[in-house]
Amino acid sequence: MTAANLLSDRRAILLLGLLAALAAAPLAAGDYALSILITVLLQAYLGMAWNVMMGFAGQFSLGHALYVGLGAYAGGALFAHFGTPPLVGALAGMVVSAVAGSIIGTLGFRFKVMGVYFALLTIAFAEFTRVLFDHWNWVGASSGLFLPVSHSVNDDFWNLRGSATMFYYVILGMAAAAFLFSRALLGRRIGYYWQAIREDQDAADALGIDVFRAKMVAVIISASMTSLGGLFIAFYNNNLYPESIFSMHRSIELMLGTIIGGIGTLFGPILGAVALTALGEALTVIGAHIGIDGVKQIAYGVCLMVILAFRPGGLWPWLRHRLRLDGGRR
Amino acid sequence: MSGPMLSVENLGKSFRGLRAVNAVEFQVPRGDIVALIGPNGAGKTTTFNLIAGAFPPSDGRVTLDGADITGLDQARICRAGIGRTFQIVKPFAGLTVEENVMVGALRHDGGDVEKARKAANDILDLLELGDKALQPAQTLTLPDRKRLEVAKALATRPKLLLLDEVMAGLRPVECDRMVAILTGLNKEHGLTILLIEHVMRAVMALSDHVVVLHHGEKIAEGTPAEVTSHPKVLECYLGEDHG
Repeated sequence: MTAANLLSDRRAILLLGLLAALAAAPLAAGDYALSILITVLLQAYLGMAWNVMMGFAGQFSLGHALYVGLGAYAGGALFAHFGTPPLVGALAGMVVSAVAGSIIGTLGFRFKVMGVYFALLTIAFAEFTRVLFDHWNWVGASSGLFLPVSHSVNDDFWNLRGSATMFYYVILGMAAAAFLFSRALLGRRIGYYWQAIREDQDAADALGIDVFRAKMVAVIISASMTSLGGLFIAFYNNNLYPESIFSMHRSIELMLGTIIGGIGTLFGPILGAVALTALGEALTVIGAHIGIDGVKQIAYGVCLMVILAFRPGGLWPWLRHRLRLDGGRR
Repeated sequence: MSGPMLSVENLGKSFRGLRAVNAVEFQVPRGDIVALIGPNGAGKTTTFNLIAGAFPPSDGRVTLDGADITGLDQARICRAGIGRTFQIVKPFAGLTVEENVMVGALRHDGGDVEKARKAANDILDLLELGDKALQPAQTLTLPDRKRLEVAKALATRPKLLLLDEVMAGLRPVECDRMVAILTGLNKEHGLTILLIEHVMRAVMALSDHVVVLHHGEKIAEGTPAEVTSHPKVLECYLGEDHG
């Protein structure tokens, strides 16, 4: 009992320390470092959103760019056309993404499309939505959508117009909230149901769990969370192209951090985001020094293969063990 | 209600051309332990799956405690009050033993996690798994996995427990422990049990009533003593010239 308490104390101290360091970071960080930190937190946030569906409930989505794009375009287009505040746009994006997720979920789960075949279904939806947006003039079609830029020097939080420091705090808040939310989900009935379904769907069904409903809840929550990440991208970048926001590349990038960090764990997506971004940046610097094109991509691929070959469960379960933090549950 | 806990009437199942189960009829009286026996391929597990809702019957009727549950899916039948184990055990490997059992208990008490944890630990103690509660289920040995399978089913608070070969692969000592546990559940908690079993020593020790299937049909039923001396049963197990 006391050992468990000490353990959770150590974990809480570690977490609070991390949060304090992140909160103070803009005081010390320059523009470049801040942009890197924003990238890390965004990757962590999206990874956590994907983790709800894949890590917790075991439903493989390879088309999460769909929800990123829907969230980005819903918030971005409403703001560009009507000046709708992003908070309202966020709600719209979440609803649209939840509906899209429900359609995919209904098709997949009702007709027992499982595993890789379900993943193919999610890719198909992301791809044809990309084509649709490529031809939809109201959102700028393939030439892109641009958000009006504010000329005020002050940060305007309610319209998400302002400095990188403001965006940094926004994404830090989102990532912290996503972490707490994920933790709460895992500790509730639905979290146990998801894990049971992930481990053995037939056995879960035999215990009286409404498997279809539980999986739908996972998709809807994951899709809504992901769409908020999309909204952030829209307002941070100020421009949106279907080609990039809905791309397959984004879907893969989004889940990579979580796979590296540890699928189904709470810290995995965060650790994975840090590791991937650090690796990517380091390789860019090294690549620039050596002066050979493509060195970065090759080295990146090799590193991923090494991690997956030797730590298939991800980095976090291994690190957690090394730090002696694995006395309790996840 | 005072009728039987489970009543199976004219139950049949065809897989394309193959008639796996044909016109099977039997009842499980409230508070009894009934065994379903028969040689390999007799249709025992199919009958079980029809009752538990793994797939719907081609014909016939299944009633639980007076309610028609024919053709309902697995989850609904569990909610109606039938808990089942699988012949090939299906633990939630990545979860702890305690969490495995909690999953079944969470449908009760409004999904309160702490109450489910408490209920799970009570059941684990009953099945002598209490000291392994925090181990991952994948670390359990086969006898423990079999007991975990029973614990998970019990956590759903069934009126009727269906056990599919929970003794298979157990050594005689382990088998006797399982018999003692099941007898306890039946005598002390009034649990009605229907079991498929090959291990005759367990069948003889446990059952109030035995139903014998062969080639998908019921060939005999009665007390364990009656059934084991029934000529048709001897014939199907031992061949015709058993002398």
